[in-house]
Amino acid sequence: MQTDGINPKISRMANQIAMFMESKPEAEGIEGLSSHINDFWEPRMRRQFFQLIDAGGEGLRPLVIKASEKIRRPDPA
Amino acid sequence: MKDFIIPAPMFSDRDMGTPASKSKTQVTLEIDGFEVTVPEGTSIMRAAAELGITVPKLCATDSIDAFGSCRLCLVEIEGRNGTPASCTTPVAPGIRVKTQTGKLKQLRKGVMELYISDHPLDCLTCGANGDCELQDMAGAVGLRDVRYEAEANHFLAKNTSGEANIDWLPKDDSNPYFSYDPSKCIVCNRCVRACEEVQGTFALTIEGRGFESRIHAGVKDDSFLASDCVSCGACVQACPTATLIEKSVLEIGTPDKSVVTTCAYCGVGCQFKAEMRGDELVRMVPYKHGKANRGHSCVKGRFAYGYASHKDRILNPMIRDSINDPWQEVSWTEAMDFAASRMKAIQEKYGRQSVGVITSSRCTNEETYLVQKLTRAVFQNNNTDTCARVCHSPTGYGLGQTFGTSAGTQDFDSVEAADVILVIGANPHSGHPVFASRMKKRLRKGAKLIVVDPRRTESVEGPHYRAKHHLALKPGTNVAVVTALAHVIVTEGLYNEEFIRTRCDWDEFQDYMEFVADPRHSPEAIEMLTGVPAAEVRGAARLYATGGNAAIYYGLGVTEHSQGSTTVIGIANLAMLTGNIGRPGVGVNPLRGQNNVQGSCDMGSFPHELPGYRHVKNPEVRAIYETLWDVKIDPEPGLRIPNMLDAAVEGTFKGLYCQGEDILQSDPDTHHVASGLAAMECVIVHDLFLNETANYAHVFFPGSSFLEKDGTFTNAERRINMVRKVMAPKQGYADWEITQMFANRMLEDQGRAKWGYTHPAQIMEEIAMTTPSFAGVSYEKIETMGSVQWPVNDKAPEGTPLVHVDGFVRGKGKFIRTEYVATDEKTGPKFPLLLTTGRILSQYNVGAQTRRTDNTAWHPEDLLEIHPHDAENRGIRNGDWVRLASRAGVTSLRADITDKVSPGVVYTTFHHPDTQANVITTDFSDWATNCPEYKVTAVQVSPSNGPSDWQEEYNAQATLSRRILPAAE
Ligand code: SF4
Ligand code: SF4
Ligand code: SF4
Ligand code: FES
Repeated sequence: MQTDGINPKISRMANQIAMFMESKPEAEGIEGLSSHINDFWEPRMRRQFFQLIDAGGEGLRPLVIKASEKIRRPDPA
Repeated sequence: MKDFIIPAPMFSDRDMGTPASKSKTQVTLEIDGFEVTVPEGTSIMRAAAELGITVPKLCATDSIDAFGSCRLCLVEIEGRNGTPASCTTPVAPGIRVKTQTGKLKQLRKGVMELYISDHPLDCLTCGANGDCELQDMAGAVGLRDVRYEAEANHFLAKNTSGEANIDWLPKDDSNPYFSYDPSKCIVCNRCVRACEEVQGTFALTIEGRGFESRIHAGVKDDSFLASDCVSCGACVQACPTATLIEKSVLEIGTPDKSVVTTCAYCGVGCQFKAEMRGDELVRMVPYKHGKANRGHSCVKGRFAYGYASHKDRILNPMIRDSINDPWQEVSWTEAMDFAASRMKAIQEKYGRQSVGVITSSRCTNEETYLVQKLTRAVFQNNNTDTCARVCHSPTGYGLGQTFGTSAGTQDFDSVEAADVILVIGANPHSGHPVFASRMKKRLRKGAKLIVVDPRRTESVEGPHYRAKHHLALKPGTNVAVVTALAHVIVTEGLYNEEFIRTRCDWDEFQDYMEFVADPRHSPEAIEMLTGVPAAEVRGAARLYATGGNAAIYYGLGVTEHSQGSTTVIGIANLAMLTGNIGRPGVGVNPLRGQNNVQGSCDMGSFPHELPGYRHVKNPEVRAIYETLWDVKIDPEPGLRIPNMLDAAVEGTFKGLYCQGEDILQSDPDTHHVASGLAAMECVIVHDLFLNETANYAHVFFPGSSFLEKDGTFTNAERRINMVRKVMAPKQGYADWEITQMFANRMLEDQGRAKWGYTHPAQIMEEIAMTTPSFAGVSYEKIETMGSVQWPVNDKAPEGTPLVHVDGFVRGKGKFIRTEYVATDEKTGPKFPLLLTTGRILSQYNVGAQTRRTDNTAWHPEDLLEIHPHDAENRGIRNGDWVRLASRAGVTSLRADITDKVSPGVVYTTFHHPDTQANVITTDFSDWATNCPEYKVTAVQVSPSNGPSDWQEEYNAQATLSRRILPAAE
């Protein structure tokens, strides 16, 4: 899967949210992270996010990878 | 002025002579045979005024404490000797007062005669003619002649033999807005007291005694401009004569009517009387019944309104094919056709999501509501955002998570009951001056102050107060400091267990307690990181927790960080820990930047929320608008400003309608913003001036100023204040009409029903109908109450001055862990200094308005503050041009060497486009809201010869882009 052309901010922002959520118990952190992204990230960003995940999620913190299962996949553009 | 006020006032605007007493005990007495009951401590003068009896007076006015110097207000009291001054004599039960007797009349005439003998008699040509209390009093006491000619006087420049009069002083016209003519001064001391009691600056003094006494600004030879005077205008308003008078009154004449309206500058939301002659604005005078300002003002609202008639204002719509072309003036119809067809074409070609809007925190609630409605109902997406994103979005998130509502908890009056005031990352002195004056008044009465700020700001100490603790932390370490404060409160057992048990979730508290009690959060453990001595943190925490009513006020120094939301949560935790929530004198208060930041957030400007902070994912909320607007609302969140710019660079976002904001100047990482804008095919800028963003625009809709339209602003207290039209829009339409014209032009193409608002009151009706927290708001209610604080609904029909009184809006208060994470923006060998940004008193935001007024007398350019140590290392002298570089860009400005900043920290403001401080700031942002991290940028400073290449190129491009061709006829 292609990951060039994905805004490097996507992984930085996901990791930033993770760092806040990591101070919570894990289940709550996963819930917090996934609903945060579901609530605030528009489909275009989530699409890029899933491109990263589908390419193996390199550079993403483990909590992001775990939470990704609960993040809504947007319709393809 | 013989007042004709719009709206007809609910409360009299009359000068009652002395301030109201707050006592609960009532006292009954008799004045001139009439009985009156007033609170204990009221002056006889005020009690008489309650009865409609005006005792002659000169040195008393109800904004300041009585002084008792003019001896004009004498009265007689049955059974007491002498003739006491009614302004300084308090009422007593059962006394019988006479205000008009033969003896009193005689005495008053004598007093007036003395005054008039040392006053020029040029009333007919005097600027205060018709608005002078000395004149009024001469009339009131029946003065018909002056029997003695004074041997020495203050008002003749030369005596009869042509020699210079040593007692005469020339006029001081140094202040751009008011003049001081000592020859007319009656030394009543009102100005001095106003400067001390109301403003708190202590700029004025009386020098000398008796006949020798004179008013001085600052030390002897200072002028007003050179003194500490901040030009708030309080002294001018207090002056009973023409001694201190607005230059605009001297030029135009006295006003003939006044319209109550609201300042369009900052989030304090001061109410003013716009005093008019015909449709010319003569002056703005702070309105005594304005609940945010209580009759006070700052230099911006009081004097800096000249931008509304500045020659740079654009009055015709303009279009152009490409941003390299000059502008073409066109009719409104042509502009609408052009804009609508471009937006339509873009959506057809690139999809529904390819366009969006930016709403303004300077425009009214009604205008903002329409702009977000434009994108949701006409463009049919949720791509709306507001510049509040770049300042207070973390407040919305943080307070929403912990308390359940994204707004401040108090009204400004609350500060009068505070015992400890904790100011974090805010400089009210400069940013929120009228609130600062109210705060300083409380501090002078003994409340304690704690300031958390990297810089020794003007708020840290001032006349007769000084912060007990100033935690001068390294920029970017707010979370560590706030968490350490909580650590001390928890580990030293200073928390309010009863409050936490009843009002918060106890289990969450246990979890939080375990987290903060960890020694790694102790003040000692973080001292190296934050640079704040542990003892100071401990002292501050103890004071906050145990000093009585403790209130937190915070600003952009909290929010504009990569952990902005976390700090807001930390602040909410502090208030809950100590039970400082839900009564006067306490609370958590965000100080909002622009006038309508609160309102623009309330009105659904964010891409994930419909008005009233309701997420677009909720079908029942969408249904309300879907029915009303006959459209399908997108359930997915839309694009935020940074997303819009990213998407533009990626090629998927092509059209923007930007109302009243200048994102090119106000948003971080100017290069990125510029490339985003340049990649768009239709940028519509709707503003008063060709702002920096307009350099990249294809359509320009000229906007109307706040003087030219009706509507409402919501201030930092959640107070909805009325904005009233005092003159017709200079370019023909109020801003809400322009948005409606544009929407209707697009709706026409879509074959859908048009909008039909004929007055902003109807827009407010729609807001009230669809938004529960506004359910009870109407123009009628605002008219009758003067203003109202949301929520306004069945439970609180008169609005809500304090929130979370009996319980939190979300139910139980929620404690959340606040782990400190260092920002990625780190200093290193290349960029060893930390830059933080702020603002100063006389300028506002990007300065588009204030730069176009005489306020530039105080701040002609942005300066870089740098510590002497850092300056010396780099061979920089005061006033030198320096090069300021970060990994994002380079700019140049002049250095101001000062120890207000610590070594390792530099500071600047962002009021001038030539400086473009945002060329330097990076695209790092708050984790939760993407609020940009303005307050921390790693930089290097080095000597330079002048403006950078980029600044010169930019100016060349801007000049080129601002060319205007007149309309083809
Ligand atoms: S304008 Fe304000 S600060 Fe200046 S002297 Fe008058 S009261 Fe004081
Ligand atoms: S300047 Fe005006 S207010 Fe001040 S002492 Fe003179 S007359 Fe009174
Ligand atoms: S404090 Fe703010 S609202 Fe009040 S006059 Fe000054 S700028 Fe206007
Ligand atoms: S008004 Fe009372 S002494 Fe001047």
